[in-house]
Amino acid sequence: MMSIVLNIFTVLAVTGGAFFFLAGTVGLLRFPDVLTRLHSLTKADNLGLGLILLGLLPQTAGPFAALKMIVAWLLVQLSGATVAQLIAREARRGMSQT
Amino acid sequence: MTIGFALDVAIAVLVAAVACWTILARASFAAVVGFVSFGLLLTLAWVRLYAIDVALTEAAIGSGLTGALLLGAAARLRTNESAAQAERPGMALSVAAALLSVTTTAALAAALLLLPSPAPTLAPAAAANAGATGLGNPVTNVLIAFRAMDTMLEKVVLLLALVGVWSLSSDRFWGGPPSPLRAANTDGPLSFLTRLLTPIGIVVGIYILWEGADNPGGAFQGGTILAAMWLLMIMSGLANAPAVRSRSLRLVLIAGPTVFLLVGLGGLWLGDAFLAYPVAYAKAVILVIEFVMTLTIAATLGLLLAGPPAQEASR
Repeated sequence: MMSIVLNIFTVLAVTGGAFFFLAGTVGLLRFPDVLTRLHSLTKADNLGLGLILLGLLPQTAGPFAALKMIVAWLLVQLSGATVAQLIAREARRGMSQT
Repeated sequence: MTIGFALDVAIAVLVAAVACWTILARASFAAVVGFVSFGLLLTLAWVRLYAIDVALTEAAIGSGLTGALLLGAAARLRTNESAAQAERPGMALSVAAALLSVTTTAALAAALLLLPSPAPTLAPAAAANAGATGLGNPVTNVLIAFRAMDTMLEKVVLLLALVGVWSLSSDRFWGGPPSPLRAANTDGPLSFLTRLLTPIGIVVGIYILWEGADNPGGAFQGGTILAAMWLLMIMSGLANAPAVRSRSLRLVLIAGPTVFLLVGLGGLWLGDAFLAYPVAYAKAVILVIEFVMTLTIAATLGLLLAGPPAQEASR
């Protein structure tokens, strides 16, 4: 019974994560300028990956494997946020120059 | 048709499509971005083939390091990019290039299709002798023990590549430090990332080296991560690029091949052959080689990316 509930949770969360990735990709392709495209991309990174990891947590072999996944998510968060900041700064400098 | 098969087909199609896109892209920056994506997709393909060691290397070296090198090259070429794009090769050159490409592709395809089935392999021999070194990872066994000669010469090639990069420096700057791309504003997000990520990255790099004995990983992958952390510190202004005439730097650069060579000669003297390890101490010897090699690889790769010396050497 418990495993069925966990499996349903996994399917729901991973589907939700996949939806955010899809939405983020659509935004990346359709939004008009750098800042809005960055916005949609970072949403995909944060929420999409976060939900997929959350969904996969009940399926891991043990607490260490789960911890590894959480650390991976945190590292992606860190690098994604930093890169978004750096690109946005460059973009803003480029806009003020023209 | 299973999900795994559908995934494999999707990856194969994507790899081929991104490869075509990379070749057809006119702007060099776009082509480099395509190349990096190609490398990451290829990493997925290696994972699907259960070649985790190769996947790690592809992600670290093929996609990451080579991508960064190409990005630097594209940035240098930006000033004359439009002139280069305006040039049209002559008819004869186009036909010759097309012929060469088609012949190469046909030769590769023929070689692949004419492989005997089952393909010749030394994998059973490598697996049968796995116990000789005390290491659990068959890939590390092959790299460090069974084909140690190749790995040693690979390190020498890396060193030669670095000498090639250094030889591009002008006389005025010779001996000085390289000047890699430094962020215009060093107290911003990049500095924050560096302070937070570098300690984690160093631990991960050493962990991957250590795990390489029994699991996927090893000196090259670990060294690449260490090199990335070092470059991150230099780029965010938290560390200075070393002057290339520094004696200690050069010692680190030659330490890997030198230790390898000494162990090899020791094998000639004590054991049966060049690079034959004493069986009782095989694992210890291999670990020493790997540790020294990781340092050398990290320093060499970092300096390769940092480029030729471009600042005056301080007196």
